[in-house]
Amino acid sequence: MQLNGGQALIKALEMEGVEVIFGLPGGAILPVYDPIIDSPIRHILVRHEQGAGHMAEGYAHATGKPGVAMVTSGPGATNIVTPLADAYMDSVPMICITGQVGTASIGTDAFQEADITGITQSVTKHNYLVTEAADIPRVIREAFHIATTGRPGPVLVDIPKDIVDPTNPRSAMEWYWPTDEEVIAGLPGYRPTTVGHPRKIKEAAELILAAERPIIYAGGGILKARAAEALRELAELVEIPVVTTLMARGAFPDDHPLCLGMPGMHGNYTAIMSMQESDLLIALGSRFDDRVTGKVPDFAPLAKIIHVDIDPAELGKVRKPDVPIVGDANLVIVEIIKAIRELLAKGTTQPDLQPWRSTLSGWQETYPLAYEPPAEGDLLKPQMVLEALRDSAPEDCIVASGVGQHQMWTSQYWKFRHPYTWVNSGGLGTMGFSVPAAIGAKVGRPDRMVWAIDGDGCFQMTAQELVTAAAERIPVKIAILNNAYLGMVRQWQEMFYEERYSEVYLSPDLPDYVKWAEAMGCVAFRVEHPDDIQPTIDKANAIDDRPVVIEFRTDASEKVFPMVAAGKSNSEVQVPDFQRTPAQAAQKETPQ
Amino acid sequence: MTPPLSTEPRHHVLSVLVENKAGVLARVVNLFSRRAYNIYSLAVAPTDDERFSRLTVVVDVESAPLEQIVKQLHKLVNVVKIVELDPRHSVERELLIATVKVPVDDRHQVAELTRIFEGRILAVSHDALTVSLEGHPSKIDDFEELLRPFGIAELQRTGRVALAKLDREPTRLHAVSSSRGKVS
Repeated sequence: MQLNGGQALIKALEMEGVEVIFGLPGGAILPVYDPIIDSPIRHILVRHEQGAGHMAEGYAHATGKPGVAMVTSGPGATNIVTPLADAYMDSVPMICITGQVGTASIGTDAFQEADITGITQSVTKHNYLVTEAADIPRVIREAFHIATTGRPGPVLVDIPKDIVDPTNPRSAMEWYWPTDEEVIAGLPGYRPTTVGHPRKIKEAAELILAAERPIIYAGGGILKARAAEALRELAELVEIPVVTTLMARGAFPDDHPLCLGMPGMHGNYTAIMSMQESDLLIALGSRFDDRVTGKVPDFAPLAKIIHVDIDPAELGKVRKPDVPIVGDANLVIVEIIKAIRELLAKGTTQPDLQPWRSTLSGWQETYPLAYEPPAEGDLLKPQMVLEALRDSAPEDCIVASGVGQHQMWTSQYWKFRHPYTWVNSGGLGTMGFSVPAAIGAKVGRPDRMVWAIDGDGCFQMTAQELVTAAAERIPVKIAILNNAYLGMVRQWQEMFYEERYSEVYLSPDLPDYVKWAEAMGCVAFRVEHPDDIQPTIDKANAIDDRPVVIEFRTDASEKVFPMVAAGKSNSEVQVPDFQRTPAQAAQKETPQ
Repeated sequence: MTPPLSTEPRHHVLSVLVENKAGVLARVVNLFSRRAYNIYSLAVAPTDDERFSRLTVVVDVESAPLEQIVKQLHKLVNVVKIVELDPRHSVERELLIATVKVPVDDRHQVAELTRIFEGRILAVSHDALTVSLEGHPSKIDDFEELLRPFGIAELQRTGRVALAKLDREPTRLHAVSSSRGKVS
């Protein structure tokens, strides 16, 4: 079958099962947009290319399928660099198709030319510049294979205009579809290890059964490997408590008795201290990120480490593991469970974990997540808004967030009961992530309610995508926690820069968020009084035919606690003032 | 200031087989740059199999543990195989060419030195000589050091190329064989 390169590209995407493309056309990618008209693939026309990238990520987070974005050359391509970097840091499977100037013009500084494969080398798992139309089906198959296997990640495919333009003879090609074997044979340097080493798995099982203060340190890899069920079985089999990192929220149910919640810089006290005092950390698909470890030499000083990761480079990158296991988290956990059952059947016994559990529950009672309710007439506390949103939403509601204080509060106060209900930017920390990511998640899961929890600073970065949502009838819900500040930066300036607030004030009513949201085709509300929180959320939840925005006016002085200051040991975690004992409070007053 | 010798213990030699495709060298070099690993020298050329090229990279392991460098390199999709070449079990060669400013009266001393090292004189002018030497990198180091007092005007070394030695037990693969450790 004779096709042109543009037709072949769209057909290849159809063959890969792509249901939706998030994109924005331009000169160089024009010939690829023409066959989209005749394709069953839905195209969602974004208002800025960054939006297309984050939508593809949100779609991938919520569905587990690779998200696809398509943009033009030059500025179209450079505008999507941030989402690629974001997807790379958080191991999100994503395919990005970029237009490129014709092959004869490459390197001549042609109009809208950018060396996007060069630019994105360090923020993609792999990228391609395709120079022959005949290569298109093979490259698309390879791109999907690379993006979705091993440690998932973004793959960019750059397509020069001449090989897709039907008026150019260089675009003519004979259609074919490579087999799996041909794809693998074509990638001699790409052989991800998925099955864990049996001896290491046995060693892990032995360590687990010998530990007195074990903790499972579950990371985003659990979700990528679809390993939530196996994780739960392992935790329940040996009754080991579980912390879920920012990327793993939802991988283990927050209402499970063994769940300790999120560790790290703004984790809860018990999750942080449980790792510090542990004698065995079972790291599953987690990477000892600096936001989790705090000061590395002081992190979990007494713990032996079992580290399971599909990326061998993560093993020993930050902390040398006692038992390193390269493999797919799901396959490895299933094998560890088998090995534990065998040891138990042979009579191996576990030490009594009751003293450890008592220590943990003691911390939970002394240092629960807590905030002080507002005094009469004060602005709203962000935490109370989140509690109301949480309690009004169905338990399988998908929650997306931007980056900053609101993200930490959402992760702390939402009760995640199911995997794939939390969509956020962890590694790169991309402000403006939530609105487009929520739209992408809703496109992937139209059956679910999707809330984006955003800050006023974040909202202003990508809000234009609500026009996309309104035009495409994608009924996402946005809660803006408007404290008129770049809140997390303000918190650091308050705590570490002597309250010198440099360039963080944003104004509560410039822009007017309600008018802005309405102008973009959304229903919009403003909430200033605690009594209005619940009725307004109820109204928003009842709307299912267009996007809704609620602006909550929140207290700028509210800070995220607990907090481990950057570069400090996790043992120096700060709790809110009202949770300090008199002795701790006195210590704080002592000049350093 | 005397440059570090190419045979210092902090230098390790990696023989990296890569796909012979456009941009692969840039990917390797970019990886070193972005992860703040230091390359001491780099030599690259196609192998007998036109699908592959071989890079011989001398890395400075003071910048990062060798294991991390190897694992990150392996994550590049176009990298097929990495072998760490133990100097005791490999053959190594390098080429040096240098132009030495030397008055006619002293020229014979440079010529003599070059002859002792079994090097060659490539070009002669009134006040300079261009010489070349091929050999083990440590021999090249010695030659360079002895040339320096005469006044080196220009010097170029190729960086070392290396292969595993024959007739000995196989070079131990440094946690990098493609059966394990191959990544994502």
